Amino acid sequence: YIFLLLFVFQSFKQLSRPWGACQAGWRSTSSRSVPDVASHHPAEVVSSFPPLQTYTEEEGMMREAVKKYAQERIAPLVSQMDENSQMDKEVIKSLFEQGLMGIEIDPEYGGTGSSFFTSILVIEELAKVDPSVAVLCDIQNTLINTLFVKLGTPAQKEKYLNRLSTDMIGSFCLSEAESGSDAFALKTRAEKHKDYYVINGSKMWISNAEHAGVFLVMANVDLSAGYRGITCFIVDRDTEGLEIGKKENKLGLRASSTCPLNFDNVKVPEKNILGEIGHGYKYAIGMLNEGRIGIAAQMLGLAQGCFDHTVPYTRQRVQFGKRIFDFQGMQHQIAHVATQIEAARLLTYNAARLKEAGRTFIKEACMAKYFSAEVATLTTSKCIEWMGGVGFTKDYPIEKYYRDCKIGTIYEGTTNIQLSTMAKFIDKEYNV
Amino acid sequence: MSGRVLVGVKRVIDYAVKIRVKPDNTGVVTDGVKHSMNPFCEIAVEEAVKLKEKKLIKEVVAVSCGPQQSQETIRTALAMGADRGIHVDVSGKDYENLGPLQVSKILAALAKQEDAQLILLGKQAIDDDCNQTGQMTAALLDWPQGTFASEVSLEGDKINLVREIDGGLEHIKINTPAVITADLRLNTPRYATLPNIMKAKKKKIATVKPADLGVDVTSRLEVLKVEEPPQRQAGMKVETVEDLVVKLKEAGRV
Repeated sequence: YIFLLLFVFQSFKQLSRPWGACQAGWRSTSSRSVPDVASHHPAEVVSSFPPLQTYTEEEGMMREAVKKYAQERIAPLVSQMDENSQMDKEVIKSLFEQGLMGIEIDPEYGGTGSSFFTSILVIEELAKVDPSVAVLCDIQNTLINTLFVKLGTPAQKEKYLNRLSTDMIGSFCLSEAESGSDAFALKTRAEKHKDYYVINGSKMWISNAEHAGVFLVMANVDLSAGYRGITCFIVDRDTEGLEIGKKENKLGLRASSTCPLNFDNVKVPEKNILGEIGHGYKYAIGMLNEGRIGIAAQMLGLAQGCFDHTVPYTRQRVQFGKRIFDFQGMQHQIAHVATQIEAARLLTYNAARLKEAGRTFIKEACMAKYFSAEVATLTTSKCIEWMGGVGFTKDYPIEKYYRDCKIGTIYEGTTNIQLSTMAKFIDKEYNV
Repeated sequence: MSGRVLVGVKRVIDYAVKIRVKPDNTGVVTDGVKHSMNPFCEIAVEEAVKLKEKKLIKEVVAVSCGPQQSQETIRTALAMGADRGIHVDVSGKDYENLGPLQVSKILAALAKQEDAQLILLGKQAIDDDCNQTGQMTAALLDWPQGTFASEVSLEGDKINLVREIDGGLEHIKINTPAVITADLRLNTPRYATLPNIMKAKKKKIATVKPADLGVDVTSRLEVLKVEEPPQRQAGMKVETVEDLVVKLKEAGRV
């Protein structure tokens, strides 16, 4: 078991994704009606095995609403946010206003009260326009909110869930300078004193840190117990001793802030422990699975968004008397990439539906994340080639997608890690 | 006063879609084409919801005439804040021939049935550009009308309106009940937020047929042909004003 964990984190280099945690195989708590056939084809017979691209009316409306919002409110700011490495405050505010930051949170706590699949669709639509905004939304929904909903005491939920749905961003802090993949070797320690703990240490690569109001910090209460001492603490931003360092200057996802954190005798009351003492490692493993599908959705949206910007250009650009789209060499490449994107979409949607149905989904989630990230890399690289010289300039959005995609094969479990995890499942399948 | 407002919302081809004429010239291609709520109807819904938020009216009822898919349009209105919907089921040939006269008869019947205090419509639909339904509805009900409204304020049982007209802005005061049609600058419609889409699921949409309202939807108009506008011809340059006059006379324009 320990070997599996260590192996899983071996070559994991956490860049801008903090670790969250949720128990593996958690069920979605919202109810969902049987998917209708997409309502713009009413003549189709409703089959009992609808295609994967079938959405409930609610999911369809959500997706349309987010698409419109992203086009009108986010698209105009994407280039500037990337250039300045700064998420626009208005964008953050409108994400909350639109209910996109508390998708699965119960309306009792100010959330939207919708389903996991809706979150996936939202992340995909946002990523088509800006993968940095998508990752902000993904972390909040699939990591921070899920942790509070699953592990929070009534008092903790009361204090935080409402704020998380309406105006406060959360950050998850696991990685350190000396422990990325080898996450359980983290050194940040929490010493118990009476009814509070004192946290000392530092974290690296923490997403959302620039704007977060609450930090979920993984610290070890008993280093001699190894990973079994890892505990999750809720630390408010204004706690004395917590220092948020200067954000990283990154290749891609630049509008998403990634900062180092320093803990200098940070006092945290006992009641701020999320879940149980020494169970942090379990939460970390469990979190991977759901978050993985979110990243798959982000990479999928990235690839589709890039593709959607490029194909119209190939239909317009004329060389040697015909559209460059009409050259067979181009057509074959374009069709190949379109097929890869479709396959990535089906893997992602299926993994999401499996999770919602309460069935095992870990292998499928790995496949979705690994494949979508690879497809994003292929798509963006090809798109720049198809655009020619203009693809290489910042005047067109293509080069940004190219830079943004690279993190997909790295964070939330590198490609190698995903493959090894899948292999373990495959091995077991042939055990009988 | 019931405090009830009827808002008409029409399902039209999305404004961003490139329109194509059917090969048989009987109409435009609608199959598989993206549809959405008419932009001026969105403005009307927004105004109604704003009035409700200011507590000047009590209930917003969204109405749409059309086939099953019109319910999507009503759902969008519900997600923007309307309280309930009425879907007037018109499909097939009847739907193809549905025009302002029949719709205004339907709206007039509904207004009486629902005891509406106000009817809010978009000034026109972006597919037929008729700009008639509001005016006809008011005439059928013998109600005052405030069309091309760019500002609306309720004052007791009267309405102050600013209308956008060719010469500028016209300020009028009309009695209620009344029909108002919304122009572009009346407001900026809100997005349907995700929580509101969820809430809209619980709101009711009633379905009725035109016959239930005693309305005959037979059309008095017959579409003979639909064709694309003529291709734009190249212009020509002239050296002097005299040349221009000669050319204009040659083309039979003068």
